[in-house]
Amino acid sequence: MNTSGFLSRLVALTRKETRQMLRDRSNLIVGLLLPVVLILLFGYGLSFDVKNARVTVVLEDSSPTARDAVAGLHRSQYLATTWVTSMAEAERMVKAGKTDAIVRVRADYSRRLAAGHAQLQLLLNGVDSTTATTLESYVSGALAIPLQQQADRAGNKPAAAASVTIVQRMWFNEASDSTWYLVPGLIALVMTLIGAFLTSLLVAREWERGTLESLFVTPVRPLELVLAKLAPFLVIGGIDLVMCLLAAKYLFHVPMRGSLWIIIVASMLYLLVSLGLGLLISGLTRNQFAASQIALLTSFLPALMLSGFVFDLRNVPAAIQVISQVLPATHFMGLIKTLFLAGDYWPGIVRSCTILALYAALLIEATRRTVTKRLD
Amino acid sequence: MRSVIDYLSKTLALFRKELLAILKDPSSRVLLFAPALMQALLFGYGATFDLNHAPYAVLDHSRSDSSTKLVARIDGTGVFHRVATLTSSDQIAGMIDSGEALLVVAFPSDFEARLASGRQAPLQVILDGRNSSTAGLAAAYVSSIVASYNQSLGHASPLTIVRRAWFNPNLESRWNMMPALIASLSMLQTLMLAALSVAREREQGTFDQLLVTPLTPLQILIGKALPSILVGLIQSTIIFLIILFWFEVPMNGSVWLLYFGLLVFTTASVGIGLSISAVSLTMQQAMLYTFMLVMPLMLLSGLLTPIQNMPAILQVGTYANPLRFGIDLVRRVYLEGAELRDVAFDFVPLLAVAAVTLPLAAWLFRNRLA
Repeated sequence: MNTSGFLSRLVALTRKETRQMLRDRSNLIVGLLLPVVLILLFGYGLSFDVKNARVTVVLEDSSPTARDAVAGLHRSQYLATTWVTSMAEAERMVKAGKTDAIVRVRADYSRRLAAGHAQLQLLLNGVDSTTATTLESYVSGALAIPLQQQADRAGNKPAAAASVTIVQRMWFNEASDSTWYLVPGLIALVMTLIGAFLTSLLVAREWERGTLESLFVTPVRPLELVLAKLAPFLVIGGIDLVMCLLAAKYLFHVPMRGSLWIIIVASMLYLLVSLGLGLLISGLTRNQFAASQIALLTSFLPALMLSGFVFDLRNVPAAIQVISQVLPATHFMGLIKTLFLAGDYWPGIVRSCTILALYAALLIEATRRTVTKRLD
Repeated sequence: MRSVIDYLSKTLALFRKELLAILKDPSSRVLLFAPALMQALLFGYGATFDLNHAPYAVLDHSRSDSSTKLVARIDGTGVFHRVATLTSSDQIAGMIDSGEALLVVAFPSDFEARLASGRQAPLQVILDGRNSSTAGLAAAYVSSIVASYNQSLGHASPLTIVRRAWFNPNLESRWNMMPALIASLSMLQTLMLAALSVAREREQGTFDQLLVTPLTPLQILIGKALPSILVGLIQSTIIFLIILFWFEVPMNGSVWLLYFGLLVFTTASVGIGLSISAVSLTMQQAMLYTFMLVMPLMLLSGLLTPIQNMPAILQVGTYANPLRFGIDLVRRVYLEGAELRDVAFDFVPLLAVAAVTLPLAAWLFRNRLA
């Protein structure tokens, strides 16, 4: 008797919320079109992998030895080299933002090489420090091979002297392709976005327009109201999840080493957390402007910057690590990357899913309390 | 003359009204200025690509003098922090899977014997590639440590590469990230503020009243745009001061040029915001359209990933993105000490965006009535 009333009211309310959502096209634009745009941007547009980095070679020594020394730069597929003859010209190019690094071969290069103490100068534009660091290792790598050959020819010790060689194994991402970690992270970002941008306005708008007060005189209960508001966006989020998964598999060929059903369960759990957070903000602020700003600042931007999406949390100071551990996005971000790239790592799955489930329950209960039938 | 004064005083009146509308509410005052402060601090510490205390584990099968020395070198850099000393190779997977260690270095049992007999000794480095950028950086550090160790073995090369980095001597990613935040954090809120200003009045029906006043669309435009520009510049200033005095990133350029650039950039952002505002009927629409636009603008701005790494078609697309040029301008003036002629090109797209969006917004005020 009681439950049937609950169900029929829930269904009626859900139907109303769904119609309301569909009526405003901007909801669908953000809910469905923006994720498509993001998928394409993340998959094709964003990359941390330096390609065609612009290196300017200043060749002050025109001897064949000097040319040989820097020939490796030309062959590297990661570097785009330009040749100039004077340092002043190269410096102008740095100032104009036309080159990222200068390799300088001084006029006395071949003479000093013969004497056994030659130098090559590498000048980096440090403004983009990440590119500069990567560039440094590419340039040293490209220079090392001819350097070694020259050294051998110059009659020095053979290369096989006592030395340590590195055998490097990059687990989970053998080709070291940044798309592989950006695309799983994107799922977390899209789920956060729906909560932060779509649900955060729902309750606030009803408070502003006074329609929530009219709902109070109906038999509707707070929990029914909250669930009905969540339902349509849960569907939108589900559609987005399917799109992300299909794009990851068929467009970007990111491996999916964990079980598909765990990925789906975990993502829907996080979606619930994200929607709950949006609704809670909405219910607490009762003001659309404040709700949107707070949602942006407490849910979306931290998920982008502090969840370990691009910035590895192992690098940040302890205080920031504590803050990031409070964010539900951090737990989901770690989980989804592991599920995609590493596989089913059960201790991690259980831990993260428990945390997410607790957050979901907590947020829905807290939201329910914000819409209790009370006028103040 | 009289009419000019009259024109200006009317515009000023609207400007004051708009400014009051933004600032009268204490919660909106807090919302406009506290986040800039908080975010600058949080992201200043959190948004870093630099390795420090990266956790690593050692698996030493050789238990030799040489391996101990090499481990001491790794410990001594300050970049790595040893979290575990493993005893068997079965433990490697657990360390990496759980994320406890970013990398494991493993010495084979014949490590010292090989070195002693003048052969090459392999050092296995296993990295957690779930964040391939961090892993790549860690790998580069390990190889430079090993290279300097090899030199100490008397393996000196006749050639050395001398590295020097301009404008950012220690290649700290914070120096790259923080000036970019001056432009991007303030843009986010300014754009939204501008987008909501007209939409709110439309939703409440007061915009029609404004249209029947003697104010011309240009005056409405100025009155609506100026408060948002002002808020944007104040936010930029807060972030700028934190970077300069809290994080102590040295400023090399002219403050005047920086602010001139920020003024043009903020005006372009407000122009976009007001255009969004003018096509939206409700605040909700204005906010959602703003997000729809801001997300790609942020991602294609060079804030997180360099523009050069993008495919050519997208790179062309970024010419319409004011944030790209705002960030470029601020970074170069701040770090490189660039002068007006160095960054003159950055102003072209910014002015173009402002020149299109502001008149568009003014036109839309009257021609979008619904």
